[in-house]
Amino acid sequence: MAGRVGIVAVAQTKFEEKKLDNHVAELMYDVTRDVMGQTGLEFKEGGIDSTVAASYDLLSGPAGAYMFLGYVVGAYRREDERVLEDGSTAVYYGTMQILSGHCDTVLLVAYTKESAMNKNLYEWVGMDQIYQRRVGLDFVSAAGLQAMRYTTKYGITPEQCAKVVVKARKNARNNPNAMCCDSLTVDDVLRSTMLCDPIRVQEAKPTPVDGACAMILASEERAKKITDKPVWITGLGTCYDQHELGWRELADCEALTTAAQRAYKMAGIKDPMKEFDVAEISEQYSYQELLWSEGLGFCSKGEGGKLIDSGKTDMGGQLPINPSGGMLSGLPVCVSGMQRVAECVLQLRGEGGARQVSGAKKAVAHGVDGPAGQLHCVITLEN
Amino acid sequence: MAERIAIVGVGQTHHKSKRPDVTTAELCAEAVERCLEDAQMTMKDIDNIVMGSFEVADGYYSPDKWIIPELGAVGKSGFELQNVGTTGGVIAAASFNIAATGLFDAVLCLAWQKMDEAAGAFGRGGGGANEYWTGQFPMSPITNFARRTYAYMDRSGCTEEHISMVRVKQDQCAMKNEYAQLRLGLTLEKVMNDVLLAWPIRRLHMCPTTAGAAACIVCPEEKAKKVTKKPVWVEDWLTCHQGGALTMAEDPTSSTLRYACDAVYKRRGITNPKKEIQAWEVYEPASPAELRWIEEVGICEDYTAWKLFEQNKVGIDKEIPFNPSGGVTATNPIGATPVVRLVEAALQVRGDAGEHQIPGKIDRALATGYGGQGENVIMLLKKTL
Repeated sequence: MAGRVGIVAVAQTKFEEKKLDNHVAELMYDVTRDVMGQTGLEFKEGGIDSTVAASYDLLSGPAGAYMFLGYVVGAYRREDERVLEDGSTAVYYGTMQILSGHCDTVLLVAYTKESAMNKNLYEWVGMDQIYQRRVGLDFVSAAGLQAMRYTTKYGITPEQCAKVVVKARKNARNNPNAMCCDSLTVDDVLRSTMLCDPIRVQEAKPTPVDGACAMILASEERAKKITDKPVWITGLGTCYDQHELGWRELADCEALTTAAQRAYKMAGIKDPMKEFDVAEISEQYSYQELLWSEGLGFCSKGEGGKLIDSGKTDMGGQLPINPSGGMLSGLPVCVSGMQRVAECVLQLRGEGGARQVSGAKKAVAHGVDGPAGQLHCVITLEN
Repeated sequence: MAERIAIVGVGQTHHKSKRPDVTTAELCAEAVERCLEDAQMTMKDIDNIVMGSFEVADGYYSPDKWIIPELGAVGKSGFELQNVGTTGGVIAAASFNIAATGLFDAVLCLAWQKMDEAAGAFGRGGGGANEYWTGQFPMSPITNFARRTYAYMDRSGCTEEHISMVRVKQDQCAMKNEYAQLRLGLTLEKVMNDVLLAWPIRRLHMCPTTAGAAACIVCPEEKAKKVTKKPVWVEDWLTCHQGGALTMAEDPTSSTLRYACDAVYKRRGITNPKKEIQAWEVYEPASPAELRWIEEVGICEDYTAWKLFEQNKVGIDKEIPFNPSGGVTATNPIGATPVVRLVEAALQVRGDAGEHQIPGKIDRALATGYGGQGENVIMLLKKTL
């Protein structure tokens, strides 16, 4: 393994319900030109060696839209790859490209136009074609089943889940890029329409959301030359869970536990709750912040509800979770994972503005993909 | 590079136009089983899996999620990649990158396509183009290669007969490869009288639709030496993409292949590729593409490759052993095709290609992936370090 990998620049669009004025190529242009401008790197010898995109064809309209990088920012005749997972996985792979010694600098971009597609439809196609698709399961109903199992097994209350949404929207008010930052109370959340029992409309990620995110990774030596404030990637881990919902214990996210252990082992993290100063995690539904907190080792199994009650994860608490507002304040799938990492970078550079966690030194970002959290990716960072 | 890496096992399915007997996941498991057997490993030995297909052509979303359990790989690290036609190439590159970090013992590279389950024309054709510019033309791989080919014929003096000679050579190779899909026993006359799709491209000149999968296992040096007596070293790799080839390329016959090869040759000090590389598995989606690719990889001068076919110099046991497996016009599970090239090249280096083994000493082989309108992935393999 060749040295450390640093993140030297990040950029994101404002996240909005329908960016009808923007083609995906324009979304990509805005964020990629931004990070290139911040670093002064261009697509030439000694500049950016490689690009890794994260996107789904079904979520951006044209097939292989990552190719627009060639048109719009001159990523022409370059190493150019694309992962079909959550954006955090692109960070994972981009880091591997540098650790392998194959590249020195990698530009990452994630883009999604949820407004171009019916989310429920493609998430239904994402279920296996023989057992689960035929009964009409999609990712929302998978989440409903998981929420029901989790809350029942551990006695998590609807109020505890609703608190996650209230916290997310409150934090989002400090984030100029966030889409939904309305003042909600626990009652407002619990009075909203039932989406998929026990998940209510306000407890699900707002959909559709359009937007993009980009960042540049560099080898240790290059990173130090490019910026005074590199943020180092200290640990990475991914893990696949079982696909068939009936073959998993939905109330325990084993795959996330494993992915986190892989990342923490690499980073030498022993007590995540104490050692991290900030966490940005991907919660498409309210219960997920609680469940993922358990998987990430912030509390023991079944203690997610108590964790939110304790206030430790609020702004100003011991470990603020999602100071940016997270997915519940409106982020597109796929982009979300990379945007989680980008938010951590801003925190570790002290550039979080109104959402800054003071003195943040270590952060953890988490991305997820697949029904009921099937593929998790955990990335630990340090300034 | 942090670690030197080697391929320690390869596997592929017997490629067919239709596989109604299996699901996509079962098709993948077939290739992985053969690959693990070849490496004498089990799934327990694998700790990272990179995989993918050109999923729009299959009509799926996120198929890795339900393929993973079928492989017995729940709990492993990994992810899915996709870069249209070069999908298999970037998956291979990803497996090389991940193995070279030294963080993992064994990385499985898996690619597949099951084209009998979807109408792939959208994804393969206009769907992949920019909807404002190139998407406005009825541009598919067929019309794209028609355009490339008549430009090539115009510049080189090559005729329709030469293009068909290439197809006959490809078929002669495929006849010796039990995994190839189209093994037709073609004659020049039969090819030249086949259905015309878009002049000068006939149906037989074009790659078929295929259901198939291919896999390989990549390990860092230390592990590779423990696992196998015949490691195939991965000397170098490069993914080289361009988005707007159709409207922006100066020369309609060219792709990024020359550029990518030159970059890799320079890094590896290769000055005479024809001599220094003894086996070629180069992704030719249409018969005439092989002519231009032979020139672009540096075997002969521009616009002269057709003369090599006229002089009968290309073939398994001839001066230029180009695509001994029969190539892509015989077998094309799109997403998996570059990995099929890699598997075939590795077999040639090991001397395990069977009936289509190139005679003589093979120290270095070049495999490529091709996609879109000119994207290439280069994979350079070596027998000795």
